[in-house]
Amino acid sequence: MKLLRRRDLVCQQAVELVTDYLEGSLSRSARRRFEAHLAGCPHCTEYLAQMRETISLTGRLEPEDLTPQMREEFTDLYRRWRSEQQ
Amino acid sequence: MRAGRGPRSGPRPARPILSVMDPDGELLHRLRSGDERAFVSLVERYHEPMLRLAASFVPSRAVAEEVVQDTWLAALRGLEAFEGRSSLKTWLFRILVNRARTTGSKEQRSVPVADPEPAVDPTRFGGDGGWSDPPEHWIEAAERRMEAGKLADRVRAWLGELPARQREVVLLRDIEGMSSEEVCAVLALTEGNQRVLLHRGRSRLRQLFEDEFREVR
Repeated sequence: MKLLRRRDLVCQQAVELVTDYLEGSLSRSARRRFEAHLAGCPHCTEYLAQMRETISLTGRLEPEDLTPQMREEFTDLYRRWRSEQQ
Repeated sequence: MRAGRGPRSGPRPARPILSVMDPDGELLHRLRSGDERAFVSLVERYHEPMLRLAASFVPSRAVAEEVVQDTWLAALRGLEAFEGRSSLKTWLFRILVNRARTTGSKEQRSVPVADPEPAVDPTRFGGDGGWSDPPEHWIEAAERRMEAGKLADRVRAWLGELPARQREVVLLRDIEGMSSEEVCAVLALTEGNQRVLLHRGRSRLRQLFEDEFREVR
């Protein structure tokens, strides 16, 4: 059995640091502890990969197209604005 | 009407043109000098993201639509005065959020950041803080379903179920690709609160992905 040192992270703490880690906002020592935990923990490594995947999948949502009618309405809106400008 | 400006016949240009090829300066110039296509492509790019964001602040879709319409009007009116100190996009979203906030406060908006909300259900850890019910693999299955075009609608629905403030941050960071500084400026958040909201929102979404693919088995 591995002895837990006082400053070692446990999984439940590690998952709360994932965003800070990805944002680069952990201190150097906190980052080192986090990475040391990952190195010995396949589950948390998987968890981090899943958070990255979550970000990537969410980022692939495309805005839906405007309907032709809305496109016309906005063209009108712009034209009105232009005519007020002159 | 000039030729080529009417209802489109040929294939539409791909949307990324706006962000990739139009640096703000050029786009602004086109908007100010009467290029209505520049305006329509701006609307094309941001209308739906703005609707989604506005829906976080106001009680109904109809009101959200009004807020977004107002925002476009206000943006046109403010175009001459816009100095480019922030990006056009940050500026637009800030107008939207200000309008949405004054139009309707759907809920108490100042409290939620302080409440503790674990990223993972605490019952999934043992007494020593280690996983007792570790995360299940789902990445490859999700990729396959995303590529088959069968996941995006689910993700949209999940986003809609996030608490409003988490959704706002996730929308702007992970879908709109804004930096944390930009998001803080748009939503008037501190760095720390922005990060907390982002963490909770992303953590919830991760859980929803895991649940989704656990059911599939």
